[in-house]
Order: sequence, then C-alpha cells, then structure tokens
Amino acid sequence: MVITPEGIALPFTIGSRSARFGALMIDFMIIGFTLMLVTALLLWMFGGLLSSMGSSQGMNGPVEFLVIFYFLLLFVARYGYFLAFEMGPRGATPGKRLLGIRVAARDGGRLTAEAVIARNLLRDIEIFLPLVFIFSAPSGEGGPAGLAAMAWFACFMLFAVFNKDAMRAGDLIAGTWVVEAPRTKLAEALSTTTAAASGTSDVTGAKYSFGEAELAVYGEYELQTLERILRDGNEEAIGKVAETICRKIGWTAGTGDERAFLESFYAQLRARLEGGMRFGRRKADKHS
Amino acid sequence: MKAPVLRNLFRKQAIEMPPAIEAAALRSDRFRLEREPEWRRLEAILNRMEKGRLRSIPDEDVLALPALYRMAASSLSVARETSLDKSTLTYLESLVQRAWFQVYRPQQGFLGWLRGFLGGGLSRSVQQIWLDICIALAAMIAGTITGWLLVSRDQEWYYALVPTGFTDSRVPGATREVLLESLAVQQDAQGLSAFAAYLFSNNAGVSILAFALGFAFGVPSLLLLVHNMAVLGAMWWLFSDAGLSWEFAAWLSVHGTTELFAILLAGAAGIHIGRAMAFPGSRSIMAAAAQSGRRAAQVMAGVVLMLMVAALLEAFPRQLLGMNERFLIGGSMLAIWVTYFFALRPAKPPFLPEPRE
Repeated sequence: MVITPEGIALPFTIGSRSARFGALMIDFMIIGFTLMLVTALLLWMFGGLLSSMGSSQGMNGPVEFLVIFYFLLLFVARYGYFLAFEMGPRGATPGKRLLGIRVAARDGGRLTAEAVIARNLLRDIEIFLPLVFIFSAPSGEGGPAGLAAMAWFACFMLFAVFNKDAMRAGDLIAGTWVVEAPRTKLAEALSTTTAAASGTSDVTGAKYSFGEAELAVYGEYELQTLERILRDGNEEAIGKVAETICRKIGWTAGTGDERAFLESFYAQLRARLEGGMRFGRRKADKHS
Repeated sequence: MKAPVLRNLFRKQAIEMPPAIEAAALRSDRFRLEREPEWRRLEAILNRMEKGRLRSIPDEDVLALPALYRMAASSLSVARETSLDKSTLTYLESLVQRAWFQVYRPQQGFLGWLRGFLGGGLSRSVQQIWLDICIALAAMIAGTITGWLLVSRDQEWYYALVPTGFTDSRVPGATREVLLESLAVQQDAQGLSAFAAYLFSNNAGVSILAFALGFAFGVPSLLLLVHNMAVLGAMWWLFSDAGLSWEFAAWLSVHGTTELFAILLAGAAGIHIGRAMAFPGSRSIMAAAAQSGRRAAQVMAGVVLMLMVAALLEAFPRQLLGMNERFLIGGSMLAIWVTYFFALRPAKPPFLPEPRE
C-alpha cells in the first residue's frame, strides 16, 4: 500500500514468486537465444577469418575486433540487459512485462538508477555463485567446505522465499520490491441497457421490479459476483444464477429471459447498496 | 493555477457529453460515463509513454498529463466511496497506479543521470563511505603482507596462492632474466586490445562479486580482498627475491593504481552495506540497507568505469613503455583519482532521499 502525494492510497500487490521466477527464466532465455544467434552469426560471417587465424601467428585486426566485441557483448548481456530495461519507463524487463509485474521503490518514491544498479549487481551471489556451488559441491571436490558453501549460498538464492514481501537480497539492498502491474481494460457500463435502466426486458417486455425485502438478501460480495457473471456472458452460468436468485427471493423462475432479469436485478441491487453507501451503511455480503 | 485547468477539463467534457450518460440508471455509472473520455485519454498517453515514444506525444497531452492524473486519482477516491462497480474500480486503480509511475518517475534521462553522477554524485558517495574505505585498505595491506610472509616462510604457499594457470615462467626459483623478461616491453600492440577487453570483463566481475558479498555483513568481501592481495604479496616477494622490486612496482603501477583503487572501492562498497546492516543505528535494518545500497551502487558504477580505464592502461602503456614512464603514468593516475574523489568538494549539498519505511 502506497500513499501518493495526493493522499490516495494505492494498493500494491506483491508480485508472486512464481511469476518472478517465470520472468527470470524468460529473460534468461531471451539473453541466451540472442547470444546464441549473435555467436552463430559471427561465426558464419567471420568463420573464414577465424580459421585463417590458426595458420598465421597471433591475431590480426578484424579478429581482434571481433574478440573485443564478443567480450563486451557478454558483459553487457550479463549486467546491461536488466539495468537498461528496469531503468526504462516500465521498470520491467521483457519477461516481467509479459507476466505483468514491475520493479517499484519500496518507500513509494521514485525508482532511481542507483536502486536499479544495486538490485541487479547482487544477482551474482543470488544466482550465478549458488549454481556454481550446487553443481560442484555434490561431486565432493570441495569437501565439507564446499557443501557448507553450497548451503550458505542457497540461503541467498532462497532469500525471496523466506520473507513476506518476496524481496530477494538485491531488493533489500536497493530498497525496491516487485509488484504486480496489471493493465486492465475498462469494461462496459452495466446499467445502460434498457433492462438495467428501466427494469423492462427487450425480449419479452416484462417489467422486473424488486421490493426492498427482495433486495435486502444480498450484499456487496454477491453483487460483484453477479457483475462478473454478467460480464463473462456465459449463458449456462447466467441461467443457473437466475434460478438461484429466484429461489432465494421466492420468485418462480421463468426461462428465456434470464439475462434481462439479472441485469435489472443487478441494477436495482446496486442502486440500493450504493444508496446505502452514500449514507455510510455498507453491507459486505449476505451474512452481514 | 491548477484549479482552472481542472475546471476547464470538466467544462469541456460537459459539452461533449455523450447521450449514453442519460441512459445509465445508476448515479455511479453516470459518474463513470462522464469521466470516461478523460480516463481513456490518460490511458492513451500512458500507453505511449510506457512504450518510450515520448516524442510522439503532442504537447497539449504532455501538459494535460498531471491534471489528468489528478483527475483520475480523485475519480478513484470518489468511486471507492460511491461505486460498487468492481471492474471500474479495478480499472481506475491500475490506471492511477500506471499514471503515478509515469508522473513520479525520474525525469532525467541517462545523460542527465551521468552528468549528476560524474559531476559530484560519485565523489560524494565515495566520501560518504570513507570509513569503509579505510577498513578495506587495512584489509588489503594486511593481505599483501600475509602473502609476502607466507611465501617467504614456505615457497609451497606460492603455488597455493597464485593460480597455476596464471603464469608459466613466474614461479619460485625462476632466474632473474626470466622474471625480467616477463616484465619486459613488448614491441607491438597486437592482440593487446582483446586482452584489455578480457581483463575488463574479468576484473569487473570480481569487483561486482566483492560488492555483492558485502550482503553477508561484509565478511566475505574482506576475505576476498585479503585473498586477492595475498596473491599480489606472493608475487611481489618472488620479484623482490630476484632483486626486481622496483621493476615489478613499475610494471604494476601503470594499471595497478587504478585497478587496485577500484577493487578497494568495490570492497569498501560491500563492507559499507554489510556494516549498515549489522549496525543500522537508529534506522530500521531495511532502511539502512536500502540507503547504503543505493550509495554503494553509485560507487560500483564508478568502479566499473575505473576498471575500463585500468584495462586500457594495462593492455597498452604497461606493455609498451619503459620503467620511468610506467611510474609516471601510475603515479599520475593515482593523483587524478584521489583528487577527483576527495579533494574536489561537490558543488551541490548532499542529497540522498531518506527511504521511508
């Protein structure tokens, strides 16, 4: 939860650990495939150059340039990829963007370049070093010290699992966290159809009007469930829900006009609940 | 200033009110339909901003952004109290969140950041971690002495300390001529730039590791510093044993003053984090870690820059110059760094936003 300078409380949902792991995998795959492609391309384009190197002593100019380019490319791929994307306007790498999460400053302030640098430099001890030890320690080469080091580094690797904000070590250092950044579409307003507006069905011309007692059985939770059913537009679910509501309020359920029935019920229930809200009376669900 | 803008927005919208608003039965839906065009406009601007296409946004949209953001924010707080339309609330929350990220994100581009960084930010951060630099320096000196002493007692230590693939000819018992040759001036620069690139990525990796290990309360950073300097101490003993102390120092100083300084800073940055987390003082551990981490990250960006310089120095001047020039370059590089970091007072007063927790 962050309070903006305007005093609006914005709820932030911590990105799930699985989403973050998935994002990391996607990013690594992007990096890996790009590197493989570039390597293959370089080999294909300059294969002749490299094979000629074996015969003549030392490196000639073009080959040397390629080698430099390749070293720098590796460095940039390892550190630059995450830095560049997270400093960008979306604060997320392509992997994070795909899974709908982004990096944000924990204090609700700006996400600074320093924070992004700090959180990404720690990736070394969180991923690369633990992996080295996990693959080398069980072979027994390092002896007990190797196993101990593996356990120690595993703590860094699993750091995010052990705290409620799912912060990894880099997040702790940088004062950041990873939050969900949903991009939702604005759905249609539900009370503009004739059924909702006047309670009259377009199909049958029947007029639905509900009394105070009939509307009083449900609360906000049921209203929002009904909203979801209407927006999904699944005919089977609509039929079932209409039947349930009819049973609950003691009407006899008809068939063929369920949607109009639900729309008018929704609109009238919402009008009643929102009217109560304006006077400070809220009804969370049917039990309250 | 701001109120008229907002009122204008509302007025304009009242004129263009689509007929559908009258059709809505619920007050909250009418509220929503009235403001919907502004939300959509804000969303369109945000879509462009998030794609990084700032240039393609018309000026009037850029000017309208803050007002649109505040309008959406106030819509959200009104809707929370008056509307039970879940989808509208979710939409508004995500819209305001996205707008908030864009309105309150760092306004400076990469170049602006770089200017602030080189023109004061870096040296300020370095000055702020002076105590950690002293600790790291002590560790490095101790490491060098340890390496020297160990090898001078028992030459087997040399093989334990110096990686076996490190050198071929530089081993205990090598003759003075062989050792001198390894320090010799090379005739051409072939292959040296590739060597420089390799050195850079290698050293930068090691420094970043030294920094990252600071997270474990700084102890591994210290150990890494001690170990690396013990290698240096061992090699120094080898050369001084053959009476080549000065030659070795000259050979080392060209890039060493820059590179060792960078490693010193990287270790100090790691220790800074570790120290802040172990002794947070009156701050919470989280706040202390975040504050020190951001400061240390600035130092680390400087370290990577220094290592680039060091790699260039190492590849070219070290291999091509004679002994006196080597000392000259090494000494002047050291002087430049020290002056830059410590002698020049940054113009702006130190400004580090305190992380609120």
